[in-house]
Amino acid sequence: MKYLMLIYGNKNIWNSAVPAGLAALIKEVDAFNEGLRESGELVALEGLVPKARSVRMGADAPVVTDGPYLEAKEYVGSYFVVDVDSDERALEIARSYPAVRHGGGAGGGIEVWPLMKRGGSDL
Amino acid sequence: MTLDQSVEGLLRALAPQVLGMLVRRYGDFAGCEDAVQEALIVAVDAWPRAGVPEYPLGWLGTVATRRYVDQVRADTARERRERAVVDALPRDALVTAPVDVEPGQDDLLELLFLCCHPALTAPSQMALTLRAVGGLSTSEIAAAFLVPEKTMGQRVSRAKQRLREVGARFELPSGPERGPRVRVVLHVLYLVFNEGYSASAGPALHRADLTGEAVRLARRLHERLPESGEAAGLLALMLLTEARGPARMGPGGELIPLAEQDRSRWDRTAITEGTDLLTRAMATLPLGPYQVQASIAALHDEAASVEDTDWPQILALYDILERLAANPVVSLNRAVALAMVHGPQAGLDVLHELERGVLAGNHRLLAVRAHLLEQAGERASAATAFQEAARLAGSVPEQRFLLRRAARCAAG
Repeated sequence: MKYLMLIYGNKNIWNSAVPAGLAALIKEVDAFNEGLRESGELVALEGLVPKARSVRMGADAPVVTDGPYLEAKEYVGSYFVVDVDSDERALEIARSYPAVRHGGGAGGGIEVWPLMKRGGSDL
Repeated sequence: MTLDQSVEGLLRALAPQVLGMLVRRYGDFAGCEDAVQEALIVAVDAWPRAGVPEYPLGWLGTVATRRYVDQVRADTARERRERAVVDALPRDALVTAPVDVEPGQDDLLELLFLCCHPALTAPSQMALTLRAVGGLSTSEIAAAFLVPEKTMGQRVSRAKQRLREVGARFELPSGPERGPRVRVVLHVLYLVFNEGYSASAGPALHRADLTGEAVRLARRLHERLPESGEAAGLLALMLLTEARGPARMGPGGELIPLAEQDRSRWDRTAITEGTDLLTRAMATLPLGPYQVQASIAALHDEAASVEDTDWPQILALYDILERLAANPVVSLNRAVALAMVHGPQAGLDVLHELERGVLAGNHRLLAVRAHLLEQAGERASAATAFQEAARLAGSVPEQRFLLRRAARCAAG
């Protein structure tokens, strides 16, 4: 079963760690990613550059605008996709994501989305 | 059959034999498995061009042995062990090919027990089985499960590392341990089959033929365990399910439910084989859940239409299945059979009970409820239930199917 993990936060949350804490956090995140890679569960992993544009339908054509991220309360900073044995395992991975623990209630978090399968069972 | 296909078939059949041969000689499953994989890759390249060697098993054994020894030699830290390995070999072991002349012991069962070791997760069990026993390459397995090759490679090497950690042995489990271990092997083959079968209804994707591979392995398992009623039952279940494959998908890749399938497109040869196998197994061997599921599939396969189906018999089989292996999905299927025998309201009453259990909010349960509401003539409620089921569906073809049903009900 594949799951998309969306990591939410904002500048304040991500910048709140003191430099020493930040270095420790980065190290933990690297170790976390390496663990998933080694177990053969990591399918994809990317960070997002906070320079998104949104394309929405205007009066008669799609309109491109900046943001609206930087003002938003929380936005997606990175994502990864895992392929795991069970729903429980997906939640266990999300709970163990280092930044979730480091947030200490300052905000930020991770959303766990099951990915649709391409095929289908008998009906 | 083209040369490439016959070479591929031959290699798949030989892969577990070569691996068994090497593991027996060196005892190092992880290293031997890598060496066999490399030998298979060499053969895939060489045989279609130069022709299949006179003694294919011996050829593969020789190449795999060389690879294994090279691997050990390359690791300088293991120099001492390398000498021990080479010294332990008979002088001619690296060049002669006696195995085809004197077929060795078939190590299929030992390999299956090792690859389906209970210490591994299901995805790892499937990957390792397909590689070590099925002879598929890492990239083929990765493509079949839609993950990057690197991810699959990691999964295989982690699984082998885990086997080492738990001290898994290349041998047949004995006594009381054996039954549960056979059940794990059967379950892994069942999962491989399902993975392939449910994917075959998706948009045209390049996927290795997992259903064919599962059937092939189940067939070999049944040959080696003729006394296992469940090995026979699983093979029968696969044959009887796969038989409907050609009719379960429309021209646009959409799923066609059992009730609307063109039954003349079902594979009669597979149905006959599956039914015969099942009849023999049920007459002589202990009963188990795979046999019961196969019996249900056989009753569907033998019916000329939905109306013609022996629903009372199917309901009785679901009652047995609930006693043998209770699970919510079985209860859900039983509700459908119950509705076919005693009317939609009887089915809806059972669903009402199930909604309080672990299936609460499950899209299958919602889809069955929608279907029964439609049968009961409550089209507006059925449309809402189909929409809700579509929203929660786990796959694109199922979602599209449910949305079509919702639209049909809404149109009244």
